[in-house]
Amino acid sequence: MIEHAYIIPLLQLFAFVLIVFFLRWREPLSAACSIAMIAIGWVMSIVVLIEMIGCHGVAYEAYFYLTAFASLNFEIGILVDPLTAVMLMVVTTVGGCVVIYSVGYMKGDPRFSRFFSYLSLFLFSMLGLVLANNFFMIFIFWELVGLTSYLLIGFWFEKKVASDAGKKAFITTRIGDLGFIVGLLLIAVYTGTFNFGEVFDKAGAGVIPAGVLTVIAVFVFCGAVGKSAQFPLHVWLPDAMEGPTPVSALIHAATMVAAGVYLVARTMPLFVASAEAAMVVAVIGLITSFIAASIGLVQNDIKRVLAYSTVSQLGYMIMALGLFGYDSAHNHHSAGYVAGTLHLMTHGCFKGLLFLGAGSVIHAVHTNNIQEMGGLGPKMRTTAITFMIASLSIAGIFPFSGFWSKDEIIATVQHHPIFMFFTLVIAFMTAFYMWRLCFLTFFGKPRDQRKFDRVHESPRVMTWPLVFLAFLSIFAGWVALPWLHHGYSSFVYYGEIHHAGPNYLLMIISTIVALSGIGLAYLIYYKQAISADRLAERFKPVYTLLYNKYYFDELYDLILIRPLMAFARFMWTFDARVIDGLVNLTGSATILWSDIKEWFDTWIVDGAVNGIGWLVKQCSAVLRFLEPGRVQFYVLFILAGIVVAALAKFEGAFIAARWPVLSAICLAGLLVLGLLTRFAEAGQKEIQAAADAADMNAEGQEQ
Amino acid sequence: MFHYLTLAALLFSIGLFGVITRRNTIGILMSLELMFNAVNINFVTFNRYIMTDGLTGQIFAIFIVVVAAAEATVGLAIVLLVYRNWRGIDSDNYAVMKW
Repeated sequence: MIEHAYIIPLLQLFAFVLIVFFLRWREPLSAACSIAMIAIGWVMSIVVLIEMIGCHGVAYEAYFYLTAFASLNFEIGILVDPLTAVMLMVVTTVGGCVVIYSVGYMKGDPRFSRFFSYLSLFLFSMLGLVLANNFFMIFIFWELVGLTSYLLIGFWFEKKVASDAGKKAFITTRIGDLGFIVGLLLIAVYTGTFNFGEVFDKAGAGVIPAGVLTVIAVFVFCGAVGKSAQFPLHVWLPDAMEGPTPVSALIHAATMVAAGVYLVARTMPLFVASAEAAMVVAVIGLITSFIAASIGLVQNDIKRVLAYSTVSQLGYMIMALGLFGYDSAHNHHSAGYVAGTLHLMTHGCFKGLLFLGAGSVIHAVHTNNIQEMGGLGPKMRTTAITFMIASLSIAGIFPFSGFWSKDEIIATVQHHPIFMFFTLVIAFMTAFYMWRLCFLTFFGKPRDQRKFDRVHESPRVMTWPLVFLAFLSIFAGWVALPWLHHGYSSFVYYGEIHHAGPNYLLMIISTIVALSGIGLAYLIYYKQAISADRLAERFKPVYTLLYNKYYFDELYDLILIRPLMAFARFMWTFDARVIDGLVNLTGSATILWSDIKEWFDTWIVDGAVNGIGWLVKQCSAVLRFLEPGRVQFYVLFILAGIVVAALAKFEGAFIAARWPVLSAICLAGLLVLGLLTRFAEAGQKEIQAAADAADMNAEGQEQ
Repeated sequence: MFHYLTLAALLFSIGLFGVITRRNTIGILMSLELMFNAVNINFVTFNRYIMTDGLTGQIFAIFIVVVAAAEATVGLAIVLLVYRNWRGIDSDNYAVMKW
């Protein structure tokens, strides 16, 4: 099955084509088509994963050359290794849940089929990205993912905010992609190939100068920064919450944002070869994680809290991967690679669940604002319980899957005190804001009775994926139990297997931190022992700063968008005045020149032609008197001709001596004759007319 | 021989005069016949007095008689059509052979 893994993304493409061209007007069928294809893909992914485990993680690669440009080969191919197998699993699992869930969530939407076609196209791009075996292909799918995320975020494009959010996501990630493509070009220039294996071999062998390698790694990381919403390009993800909630779950939990983390993990050899680049990655991850978590503390939009939580968790993964690269570059053992990819997997499960649960809540309450919710727990039992399981998981409570992956991350940072400190602070904040969300949503008294009265549990098609994902949120992390000797860390690893074994001290610390976060949230939002408002009042500057998301949007608006707009306006004016002026001037000059040519044509060229015509006409007007039109005259002329011929024959000398005079006499005679006939004719006509008149009279008299 | 040729010349001239001066198309056709016959007389005369051992002139004369008959047929047919079109057969009526 591994060698047929390319079928998994192609199935999604097939579903997309089928829906777009044939099933557009049959909504149940298009949903069924999407679900069937992702289900087949899911089963195939399981088989691939099992086979991968069976062959102890030996990578499989197959490709063919598409075309060659100079000495650079463009390949199409697949690379299946443990990382890919795990990613396939995550994407198809969460993707499948989201597609099924969407049947309930998008019910009655006028563009129901289109939504499913987009979902399928998105899954195609994401699975293709995961399977790609070279930078060129990964970039193509990378951009396809960007395109489909744009389509999905702006799916309700009638809403201005939604279409704006789509544009923002697209353009912001494009900035990162610019760096990515620069990195790709540098790779092409320095290694002459795009293939992962060859590039990494050359990077490891020192073919690329160390400085250039760092630059390449940082540029490639730029792509990941854009896609995974890392600082400073994190601003698009919270806005992207304007899309339908299943999209948020799909894009912002399991797949698109994971693409950046996946890229860093995939290109890990570059970071291992360049400790500086790896440190950049780790620091960016830490900053992102801290900023996003702190913003998440005070937001009131349920999906935005989750969005900032996602950004924060992605920062975790990036940080772990960066630290792994840094440690490996210095020949230290590190759990970072395992931690980053494991957290990617568990996070995909519980964050997908959180988003789908939030979607279920929004579906019931018709608002995103958690201040208007409250007390929903008893009314939406399944949603509430699954949501809380996911919250426990993300907070890192034993024995949920989040605990194990977070434990690995903490194990990674334990030798870096600053990182260790902030990681624990972030873990505390994560637990706090997630449980703040839970308490405000599901516990306490309803704050908006009117909305509360209409609340009902979501249909089964929406709750079943929740239950399934809740199951995974508990158990997915168990593949990495530290007591297992052939667990996750000996399957997905980089370099050599590094098995640390359980570290009980770290486990206890992280549990204490998480529990204290939950406890604080409990005190403030459930017991209300500490007033949230009073706290906000006390730390007003900090609160305002966080509530306004560190003013990033305003800052970008000020330093980037406005100058750009001003520049664009200037260019527009330049266009309107100078370029258009030049064009119009050319136009006027051409018209003027054409006028001159027209005059020349009319009077000189046509004049010559017409003049010749006129001259011929005048000459013929004279000559036509020679043609009276009567047969007898022609006979007379023949006779005259014969006489002349006879004279010429017998009196040739006489005529030759006087021919001008004779011919003049002849011509004059002919003319006179012609004129005479003309007059004769006219006279005859008068006579005729008189005769006719007489006839008429005679007839009249007869009658 | 001189008498014959004189007769032929006179006939020809009379015919020519008729062709040129007659108004009536039938008259013109008859004058044409006179000219043909003048030519016939010439042929026969020259054959009789100059090429005594052949019959070329006589045969030619007979051909001309035949052709003249055909020509008269066609001419009369044309005259008929002219009559239908112009209600008359004066050659002045159809002085349209110009421009």
